[in-house]
Formats: sequence, structure tokens, C-alpha cells
Amino acid sequence: MVVNCEHVWTEISNYLENEVDSATRAAMEAHFKECKHCTAVLDGTRNVVQLYGDDRLFELPAGFSQRLQRRLAQQSSSWLYGTARSFWMLAVAAVALLAGGVALGNSAVFKQPELRSEHAKPSHKIPASLMVAVSTEGKLFHVPNCKYLHRRDGESPELITASEAMKEGYTPCTRCLHQYLRSSVECPRVQPGYEFAFRMWDDNLLPPGF
Amino acid sequence: MGSMPERLNIKVKPADPMEVREQDLIRRVQAGEKELFYQLVKPYERRIYAAALAVLRNEAEAEDAAQEAMLKALTHIRQFRAEARFSTWLTQITVNEALMRRRKAHSEIMEPIGERQEEDGTYTPRDFADWREIPSEVLERKEIRQKLASAVAGLAAKYREVFMLRDVQHLSIEETAETLGITQASVKTRLLRARLMLRDMLAPGLGGSWFGRLPFEKGNKPW
Repeated sequence: MVVNCEHVWTEISNYLENEVDSATRAAMEAHFKECKHCTAVLDGTRNVVQLYGDDRLFELPAGFSQRLQRRLAQQSSSWLYGTARSFWMLAVAAVALLAGGVALGNSAVFKQPELRSEHAKPSHKIPASLMVAVSTEGKLFHVPNCKYLHRRDGESPELITASEAMKEGYTPCTRCLHQYLRSSVECPRVQPGYEFAFRMWDDNLLPPGF
Repeated sequence: MGSMPERLNIKVKPADPMEVREQDLIRRVQAGEKELFYQLVKPYERRIYAAALAVLRNEAEAEDAAQEAMLKALTHIRQFRAEARFSTWLTQITVNEALMRRRKAHSEIMEPIGERQEEDGTYTPRDFADWREIPSEVLERKEIRQKLASAVAGLAAKYREVFMLRDVQHLSIEETAETLGITQASVKTRLLRARLMLRDMLAPGLGGSWFGRLPFEKGNKPW
């Protein structure tokens, strides 16, 4: 195999990288022995690779290292600050949520009123604005003319809304307001003789088909 | 009776203390000791800066790009995998950052005319000055360093980038191709032209004329 100068120039980089096959390498080495120009090109190219491969060639601008260090430190500290800040914000938020939860839990909105009767059954879906009758010492609230409304002699029943009655711990009468007890939801019924009471206060509140 | 199998004589290459230290530092930074990151990049500061400078050709922009690249490397240090060299990983991040900045600045239009030349044509050396091997001590001379730096800065971007990654950053042909998003064949072609062009630019000077007044030649001759 014989190579000419042009062939050598195209392969000289691969020759330096040791990436030519053995036949080409041998042919190029034979060429270098006879061609001063190609030898000069080879020596020069090798010098270029050697010189530019030296770390000393490129100088850093004055203060480069200090500026880089400072920027990296700023980044690290901002992470630390951010992490610490996030931690404290989370902690404060957790405390606030806890305190808020306790306050709400204690508030009248969520606090279950203390029932006047241990055996009473809580009401279910009773219209809040329904006017009901209660007595001072009674434990239940009733439609105003319920015969089971107990009161002291001479005491007139107090008319309040159902929601007010429930807040004060009254529970529905198991006779006149039976349909608003949880146990009677599936089968509402009104005691005979009390239908007029519902019509009297609010026809719209009556159960369907009543 | 069969012969006994020969005992394998495997020589384990001793671990390079610098590499061991570097791997230890990488593990610690990945575990959260971010303040150690500068120690990791310190040996590669020059290379990183040179890589950014090769793309941007402006010292201030190159420094800013190099710093930004190091911040990105710190942010994504957990993504570094040991199968790659750490220096190569840093170089690739830096080159990507610099290329992105150059694209934003549309500075390609300012590139030398040589940038648009076809790269498949053969390159004919212009000068055949004899340039024998020169001692690396020449790099101690500031004016020589400046001449070498300005020579490489005068190359068109596509040659300069390949040359800087392969011959200055010591990336492999494959890594260079991957970093720049070009084929390995293009890397080889551009590398050949870059080396030959630099030789043409430097041979007359480094071959003799720049050394016309070497220290031992200064002053009156004793003879």
C-alpha cells in the first residue's frame, strides 16, 4: 500500500489518535521517512495536541475562584435558609391548624348540646325554624298543643324554634314529633290528632304524602 | 489425565488516591454536604472556564456561564452516575449552558466566514515550516499562552468547539459527539481541520520566530 501527501493529511489526525488500520499506518510511516513536508505537518499537529492538552494554557480571570465559591455558598445557604424557613412555616401552620381545630371543636357550631334526658333520641332532619313548645323543667320539645307537654301549674309553654330547643338540650317528643326521630326516618308517622299542628305552622314542612 | 487449569493471574489496578477522594466527595455532596462541592470542582475550574470560553469567546460571559453551570451541577448532583467521569459531566453541563446562551444571543451571525464552509473537503496545509517537538516549559511564558489562546479563538465555532472538547477537555470522540449533538464522523473531520489550521497558524511562530530571543540568547554574546 502506498499513500500520497493528500491521503496522509486526511488521515493524520486519526494516525495520532491511533485509529488507522495497520496497513495504512505502515504506509504512512514509510511516507514520513521520505516526505519532509508531511513529517513537518505530523510534528506540528502533534505539538498542537500536546500544547493545548496542558492545563496551564488557559488562565482563569483574576478572582474567578473566589467569585465561584461565593456563588456556590450563596446557593447552599439559600437552600439551608429555604429548608429552615419551610420547616418553621410548616410547624407554625400545624400549630395554627391544631389550635383552630380545637377552637372549632369547642365552638357551638360543632359542640353537641348536653341532652336533658339521658335516654332521649336525637332529632333527625327537623326543620330548624319549626316552632315548638317547651317547658322549663321538661326534657322534650313538642308541637304546641301536645297533651304530653308537661308544665307546672299556671306555666304557659314557651314557643321557640326547633334549633333553639335542640341547642338547649331538648329532644323531640316521641309522640307528637315521632317522624323526626332517627329511628323513624324510614317510616314517618304522626300521631292521630296532631296533623293540624303541622298545618298550622308551616304546610311546606310536612313530609310528602302527609 | 487432564492438565490442571492455569491459575488466573489477574493484576488489580491500584485505585488512584485522587479518584478515591473524588468519589468520596461526590458521595458526601450527594448525601447533603453541599458546602463540599467547591472542593469537587476546584481541580476542573480551568477546563470548565475554557469550555465556556470556547463557545462564547467573551471572558465575562464565559465566567457567568461557567458559574451558572456549576450551580446547575450542584442542583443535579444526585443525577450524576459513576459510569461517567465527573470532569466530563461538568464539561457537558458547561457546554450545554454556553450553547444555550449563544443561541439566545444569536451570536452565530457574528461567526467568521469559515464557519459556513463545507467540512467534507480536504484541508491542504499552507505552511510546511519545520516544527520540532518543543518543551512544555514554553507554556510558562505568558505571551506564548496568549498566542495559543488567540489562535484557537480565531477558529470558526464548529471547529473550535470540537477541538476544545477533544484536545483541551480530553473528552472521547463519542462524548464530544454526544455533547455537541453531531455524529462521530463530523467530530473526526472537524477535529482534523482544527488541528491542521492551528498548526498552520502556530508553526511559523512556535517553529522559531517567537523564540528569537530566548533567555540564553539575550545580551551580548560571549563569543
